[in-house]
Amino acid sequence: MSKSAIFTGLVIFIIVALFPFWINLGEIKPAPEPELLGKAKAAKKCVLDKIDMRANHMSLLDEWRDSVVRNANRIYTNTEGKEFEMSLSTGDNSCLGCHEDKSKFCDKCHNYASVDPYCWECHTDPKEIK
Amino acid sequence: MMKKSRRSFLKVAAVSAIGIGAAPAISLSSSSNSQSTSNAVKSKNHEAKTAKRWGMVINCTKISDEVAENIVEACHKNHNVPDFNHEVNTEKYPNTRPVNHKQEVKWIWEEHFKYAFPDKEDEFLADKYKNLPFLVLCNHCKSAPCVKACPTQATFKREDGIVIMDFHRCIGCRFCMAACPFGSRSFNFRDPRPFIEETNPDFPTRSKGVVEKCNLCAERLAKGEQPYCVEASEGAIVVGDLEDPDSDIRALLNENYTIRRKQTLGTEPSVYYIM
Repeated sequence: MSKSAIFTGLVIFIIVALFPFWINLGEIKPAPEPELLGKAKAAKKCVLDKIDMRANHMSLLDEWRDSVVRNANRIYTNTEGKEFEMSLSTGDNSCLGCHEDKSKFCDKCHNYASVDPYCWECHTDPKEIK
Repeated sequence: MMKKSRRSFLKVAAVSAIGIGAAPAISLSSSSNSQSTSNAVKSKNHEAKTAKRWGMVINCTKISDEVAENIVEACHKNHNVPDFNHEVNTEKYPNTRPVNHKQEVKWIWEEHFKYAFPDKEDEFLADKYKNLPFLVLCNHCKSAPCVKACPTQATFKREDGIVIMDFHRCIGCRFCMAACPFGSRSFNFRDPRPFIEETNPDFPTRSKGVVEKCNLCAERLAKGEQPYCVEASEGAIVVGDLEDPDSDIRALLNENYTIRRKQTLGTEPSVYYIM
């Protein structure tokens, strides 16, 4: 008698435990790719190699903000000798200067990965202002 | 089969132990050159203005009410300082709380002589001083009490003498506001964005919960430009290097009698007033 109770309990447990899998069954979507537009698409290469940027852009930006605010160094010359403005959104040579569309570049992945960096609480997207 | 003596076994073991111990060091030294950021350089803009210690001279005789207003407006507009008299766009910012005007935010503003220079108040002060607008702002003190008070080093003194804030680090404790004898600091009690009429895209806004103040236009000096107040002042404000005996600002200080605010406190303000 207890055998059937145990088995039904077990089945219920397995169904509940696998909830995240079966609820998403049938709507598996690939992770979004950040969209490269305009200048960024033409440039092909960012400040660092693509793989480095993908993995380490947050520490690069962290390094940049300390450099700009605390040491007043605002120009970043990468290994290939190309100069960049260490700024999220001011000027053509900043992050958004090249990656024109914040919503298709930054937000796309951040929303998917559910990361919520507070950059844009203070920094402004020139497009959103207009 | 070869029989190993205890002696030969220990020899091999010792050599391998050295090898294992040294491996990380060897691989570290050989790979450090191939790291992608090792040759990257961070530097100043080519046209950046530099100084040993930035200072300011304000010629009060040249500042009329109109000029003073222009200066305040140029500074506040370009630095996205919120104006709580600005009517909020309720479509964009619904549910905005009513304004408390005690929470005003300011970087540079007009002050009466008796408040700007309380230790120089005089029974028979010349009338003209009673009515002149005195522009007051952060004094970028040589020995800044706000820097000492800040527990996170969000407020710090740059090498060139500018007392500047790292808004990323500010935790909003407001110790600096208590420490500053000049009232030069304002706290963001609320999100400032609904009260910014026209956001300047070249400068960030602030967020709720951080302190802000004049940064001597560090972002302009970095581009080789003069601060906004200097540009709007019609020659009444000069910014330059206090430590350079040949600078314009030193020439002005040499020719004119100048005073500073609350000198007796020993904070050594870098803003001088020609009376």
